[in-house]
Amino acid sequence: MTKVVAVTGNEAVANAFRQIEPDVCAAYPITPQTELMQRFAAFVSNGQVRTEMILVESEHSALSACVGAAAAGGRVATATSSQGLALMWEILFIASGLRLPIVMPVVNRALSAPINIHCDHSDAMGARDSGWIQLWSENAQEAYDNTIQAFRIAEDMNIRLPVMICYDGFIISHSIERIEYLDDDVVKNFVGEYKPLYPLLDVENPKSYGPLILTDLYHEVRKAHSEVYKKVPKVVIEVAKEFEKISGRKYELFENYRLDDAEIGIVILNSAAGTTKDLIDEYRDRGVKVGLLKPRLYRPFPYEEVGNALKNLKVLCVLDRADAFGGSFGPLYLDIAASLCNFSQKPILINRIYGLGGRDFMPEHAAEVIEELKDIAKTGKITKLKEYIGVRE
Amino acid sequence: MIGWKDIPPGMVILEAGSASKIKTGSWRAAYRPKWIEENCIQCLLCWLFCPDNSVKVKDGKRGEFDYDYCKGCGICALECPGKKGNKAIVMEEEVK
Repeated sequence: MTKVVAVTGNEAVANAFRQIEPDVCAAYPITPQTELMQRFAAFVSNGQVRTEMILVESEHSALSACVGAAAAGGRVATATSSQGLALMWEILFIASGLRLPIVMPVVNRALSAPINIHCDHSDAMGARDSGWIQLWSENAQEAYDNTIQAFRIAEDMNIRLPVMICYDGFIISHSIERIEYLDDDVVKNFVGEYKPLYPLLDVENPKSYGPLILTDLYHEVRKAHSEVYKKVPKVVIEVAKEFEKISGRKYELFENYRLDDAEIGIVILNSAAGTTKDLIDEYRDRGVKVGLLKPRLYRPFPYEEVGNALKNLKVLCVLDRADAFGGSFGPLYLDIAASLCNFSQKPILINRIYGLGGRDFMPEHAAEVIEELKDIAKTGKITKLKEYIGVRE
Repeated sequence: MIGWKDIPPGMVILEAGSASKIKTGSWRAAYRPKWIEENCIQCLLCWLFCPDNSVKVKDGKRGEFDYDYCKGCGICALECPGKKGNKAIVMEEEVK
């Protein structure tokens, strides 16, 4: 039987960790992730899990300890936010390059400077090409569900890659929502017993991790690594189908919300998608054909599937909660543009930056975007390709 | 050389001792160590300190240098206690 509770996003993810009981968890506190590991550390201290909790002196060390523990042959998890993820940057590539299935919730928070503790996506976006699978979550339920699925995806023998579960700092991490918990034994059965691949602690079969690979082989190693990501979407779908059987909740590569007959489209990640869906319902009631695409599997990005879902729109706004400085576009916009570029029929695209540093994304902001898209659909004219919304002049 | 389809996951090397395939002594610094057996007390410090695999030991006794794995770093000569002040390992200029 599922149990309905009122908990914060962090509490829900900490509970998923308790149910899964990783062998090793190395972490360092950072707002807004802190509550997650604080709650999990309490499970460890209270003897509710047998996880080896390693309290380290930085996030660089946290992920390094995770790399060692995963190579040794353990099921390993950590969590971080913002500057913590930035400090892990070097080790992110090592974890993925060594194909270590580490699971890491990233509680999205803005990057310095100026220092800010609230939500935007610049942290995870900065790590989007580090070779970690990224699952993005609209609410606490999705964060909980994605965390459970992440272990199965990461540990799939055809993949063996680390996974980030992204959810919005404070908005989701610290807000209390209605969550359905699965039973402990259902979760334990779903993730199953951990099967290591090439464990260093198997001393009867010595092996070397992280050899020096130079000009004669590095190019081939990277090509082989690149190919692995092609297998990820299929596994994500398979795991989601199995998860649906135990939870009744359906997950796909992305959420298609009233998009099939839409002329106007919005692409948006995480919690702001919820607000936008409300506005889409209001506009639909008034006969405006508007729909939304919310990516879930953001890395590897399912370009073909996303492109096919969006190509028939007339106009499309990609809303980014992270800017790309240096005259570029928001990272999500670039991926959407790439997914559409080779279709002969495709929508007019614009990019809007919203909600940086925790600035609220309000229903009127979604309405402003839909109104602008209606104008563009009518006139075919774009006034500004990329612009901030909800910003004081 | 292997192609990309044969790369193991994570480039983990599953063959034990495969470093011996890489002959690090293919080029060397300006000096190479020379073993002087009569000054050797068989302490095996040279074997212990050698960063690669150039000090050969058989039946617990030190043998000749294997220069295939010697980069001429000189650590063995430095660590060698020798016998009565006479080193059992000295560095000699590499013959061009």
